[in-house]
Amino acid sequence: MIASIKHFIKTFTLFELLQGLSITGKYFFKRKITIQYPEQKTPISPRFRGHHALRRYPNGEERCIACKLCEAACPALAITIDLEERADGTRRTTRYDIDMFKCIYCGFCEEACPVDAIVETQIFEYHFEERGDHVKTKEVLLAFGDKHEAEIAKHRVADAPYR
Amino acid sequence: MDSLIAIWENVPEALRIVIVILLKIIAILLPVIIAVAYTTFAERKIIGYMQVRCGPNRVGPKGWLQPIADVVKLMFKEIITPTRANRAVFFIAPMLALAPALAVWAVIPFWEGGVLSDINAGLLFVLAITSLDVFGIILAGWASNSKYAILSSMRVGAQVVAYEIAMGFALVGVLMLAGSLNLTEIVNAQAGGIQNWFVWPLFGLLVVYFISGVAETNRAPFDVAEGESEIVAGFHVEYSGMAFALFFLAEYASMLLISILTVLLFLGGWLSPFGATFVDVPLLGMILGDGIHWLFLKAFFFLVLYLWFRATFPRYRYDQIMRLGWKILIPVTLVWIFGIIIFKALQQLGVL
Repeated sequence: MIASIKHFIKTFTLFELLQGLSITGKYFFKRKITIQYPEQKTPISPRFRGHHALRRYPNGEERCIACKLCEAACPALAITIDLEERADGTRRTTRYDIDMFKCIYCGFCEEACPVDAIVETQIFEYHFEERGDHVKTKEVLLAFGDKHEAEIAKHRVADAPYR
Repeated sequence: MDSLIAIWENVPEALRIVIVILLKIIAILLPVIIAVAYTTFAERKIIGYMQVRCGPNRVGPKGWLQPIADVVKLMFKEIITPTRANRAVFFIAPMLALAPALAVWAVIPFWEGGVLSDINAGLLFVLAITSLDVFGIILAGWASNSKYAILSSMRVGAQVVAYEIAMGFALVGVLMLAGSLNLTEIVNAQAGGIQNWFVWPLFGLLVVYFISGVAETNRAPFDVAEGESEIVAGFHVEYSGMAFALFFLAEYASMLLISILTVLLFLGGWLSPFGATFVDVPLLGMILGDGIHWLFLKAFFFLVLYLWFRATFPRYRYDQIMRLGWKILIPVTLVWIFGIIIFKALQQLGVL
């Protein structure tokens, strides 16, 4: 009896509807936490896995020794490596392709690499302008590494204690 | 200047009247259409804010040019006609929806005497014309030759019929208190400060009127007409480009209309809540005295309420809408009107 009277009063005073309106009304004045993307950016971890790069030693020699561990580790089969023996007897790649369409950015290649040659940088805003651009060749990857070497080194140092 | 006046005086009398009326129509409809554009912007902003988002803020400073970008986009979009649609009706339908929504503005007074045609049966005209809105929607649904569209237009038909009755009854209360169908006279019957407004004796009817107004314009939470989850977009699934925009224009124009009508009928229209208290004070008397700004301020509140509803309430089920319309709103209005009749009778007998 009391319950039904209560229900009647609640229905005709639109009590629950007003309650709902007051909640959305409160949210209207809440601080908006949207990040205005191109102007504002979220902080990125040093471990972030973005565009790949091939690194060099300080003396300019490329690090990659064509051990093919990354190729084997890659779950998406995105990496293709061909190799040769150089005149000085070292083993180097002649071809190092990463198909960015296949790549799932898991970071296994980076983990597998014994000489820290293949790394993933923090750069994730990139695009392809021509058909076939999605296959990053050795030259492109090395150039990318040269361009961002300072940053890559910094992030690797920052993350070193946790590896 | 003199030559212009001379030209004007050479124009035949009849033509002059037509030109003046046409200019008045433009003076009313242009602001209405601009208001519609910015209502869509306000809707996106307000709903965004209530969902702790920012809303559109990219086009122009703070997003203020967003509606213009939307209009330009819609104008350049192709209007696609379904192969098996009835072409003639398909294109007439949006116009049929829009024309009544704009025609009603003819009898809306914006200030004392600021009305295109001050007809005696103004309120009746409003009721008659707003009822025609639904024809455009039903025809659009039928002409589209799509199962979702026809379902939606049938829902709209039933819903509008149900809520028109509650709406009409809510207005009967206003008529009884004002003793006139002329909108200007209805507003003037509420003169003399906030205590004389019809909200106080007719609060229940105001609530019923606004709820049925929301249902009439097919807005959330009564928007089963476009229920995205079950019938995609309802009667306008098959429309694109400008034909689609016309439906939106009609919907938002009706929203503005219901907001302004609510204010005219229940909240004293352009009358200031302070009555004539400040009339003699210079400057302050201008702001706090009667004027169109009060009408807009009050109407804006109801417009925001529309958007607030949309951000808050989930859509009613179809049978719930019918139940609310027939079994709750209509009885409530009847009881309220009965109360007013008793009140009036007692007043005439001299008891009160």
